[in-house]
Amino acid sequence: MTAYTDTELMIARAAQELENDDTTLVGVGVPNLACNLAKRTHAPDLEMIYESGTIGSNPSRLPLSIGDPVLATNARSVVPMTKGFGYYLQAGRIDVGFLGGAQIDRWGNINSTVIGDYDDPTVRLPGSGGACEIASNTDRTIIIAPHSRRRFPPEVDFVTSPGYVGGRDNRAELGLRGGPEAVITDMAVMHFDDDGEMTVDSIHPDVSKADVAEATGWDIQFASDLDETRPPTEDEIALIRNELDPDGVYTGGDD
Amino acid sequence: MTAVVDMDDAIARSIEDGQSVYLGGFTHLIPFAAGHEIIRQGYQDLTLIRATPDLIYDQMIAAGCASAVTFSYAGNPGVGSLRAFRRAIEDGVPNELSIDEYSHFGLVSRLEAGAKDLPFVPLRSYVGSGYPDHNDSIRMVANPYDDDVDEIAVVPPLRPDVAVVRAQRADDEGNAHLWGITGEMVEAAFAADTVVLSVEELVDRDVIRSDPNRTAIPGTIVDHVVEEPYGSHPSYAQGYYDRDNVAYLEWDEISETHESTTEWLSEWVHGVDGRREYVAKLETERLLDLQPRTNFSTPIDMGEY
Repeated sequence: MTAYTDTELMIARAAQELENDDTTLVGVGVPNLACNLAKRTHAPDLEMIYESGTIGSNPSRLPLSIGDPVLATNARSVVPMTKGFGYYLQAGRIDVGFLGGAQIDRWGNINSTVIGDYDDPTVRLPGSGGACEIASNTDRTIIIAPHSRRRFPPEVDFVTSPGYVGGRDNRAELGLRGGPEAVITDMAVMHFDDDGEMTVDSIHPDVSKADVAEATGWDIQFASDLDETRPPTEDEIALIRNELDPDGVYTGGDD
Repeated sequence: MTAVVDMDDAIARSIEDGQSVYLGGFTHLIPFAAGHEIIRQGYQDLTLIRATPDLIYDQMIAAGCASAVTFSYAGNPGVGSLRAFRRAIEDGVPNELSIDEYSHFGLVSRLEAGAKDLPFVPLRSYVGSGYPDHNDSIRMVANPYDDDVDEIAVVPPLRPDVAVVRAQRADDEGNAHLWGITGEMVEAAFAADTVVLSVEELVDRDVIRSDPNRTAIPGTIVDHVVEEPYGSHPSYAQGYYDRDNVAYLEWDEISETHESTTEWLSEWVHGVDGRREYVAKLETERLLDLQPRTNFSTPIDMGEY
């Protein structure tokens, strides 16, 4: 059994959330690797869209930003942002979106705007980009982030991207489509219960319930049939290392 | 009347202190040469507009050109923070910077409203987010029609005083062929009062007319045309040169302090008299490393009627 890194596990696990006929809005880094891994394994027909407006991208090498030229070459189509966000995302033509953030709360609300007060921030983060629209308009979002108490507070300082807001009913009443489907961290995989609250579904090998509870800022729930997360297979590790990220840009640093 | 001019002329004739300026591009075709010329000419109090402020705005902020930024994602794409932008917001260095913040669709919808001369554009966003509480320009309005949407977010038009946009090629009338990622650039050009078009190469009018569907920016909205090869470096021009990703990684270190940032500006902006000297300073090998292999699109038959 080949030793794998946390990042490789997250990539392989995120890829499992994708189905063959999905259309997905891809981000750089782990989401991009997860989508490309899914495309080369169980989801060859996965349609990859980037918020820069490239539709059906088929990158020949690892893109280093969502505006990388490799995403436009040999794409199905390249459209202005008004159309990518309007005709595709807002019109309900994108199934899955990937999100990350500096803070994520129990309802899957995400903050990527500021830590502290908006007008006098402790840390000024990049902001939404397309995240607010991705969270509002895809059928399901997959959140990928390292697990720590600071990153998973009881309440986010600013809602950049709405999750279940204050609960599943609340989101539906606001008229938002979809919602968070899974949260994949370096410790565990969470889904959302009937009320829209984050619940631990599986814990990664060598991680304990106590570790996860300690790294979460609220009293997080665990599923009654708690599983161990499936580690990446030999094939998945080989694909990531040899083809998807051969220079270890995103997968070389940890562990 | 469109005129072909040099970059220093185009900037001097188009921009005044205190104006709102859009420098185009979503990662692609960012007009670095124009931004550097703005720094060299010492403009102040500008409002910088773009969905993705990127390195050129970090440089302009560090140089003291800006007092406000209208944006939706202020990061070094694929790398991390925009450090000069953060220093201005968090610490007021080198000066205070006010922000007008949106999500991507909100920002591009504002430019679309500007381009179409509409009082507002609605979008399915912002519901349940913190943005309306912190930005009075984002408002909820009642749906005037009878269906399942009661309220929808709207944003007002955004009309930059000046837009500087780049394209791969244009004729001397400013009719520009664009390909690859165009982001919100075309909307911004149509929304702006004055448009400076900077291109990799000037071509005959016949080249443009042979493929009219590719003319995303018509000369009728362009005021000045500048031929500026490599004018987007370290950003890229699809089919001409790749993004200099090393430069984006290096910027993270260069911009670590205000002092190291201004040292870089002294050498690479103030220390050269224009893009030609900048390109020479980059050296041939670095530019050759950025050359893509060719991959021509199949010609179409427009028909002769």
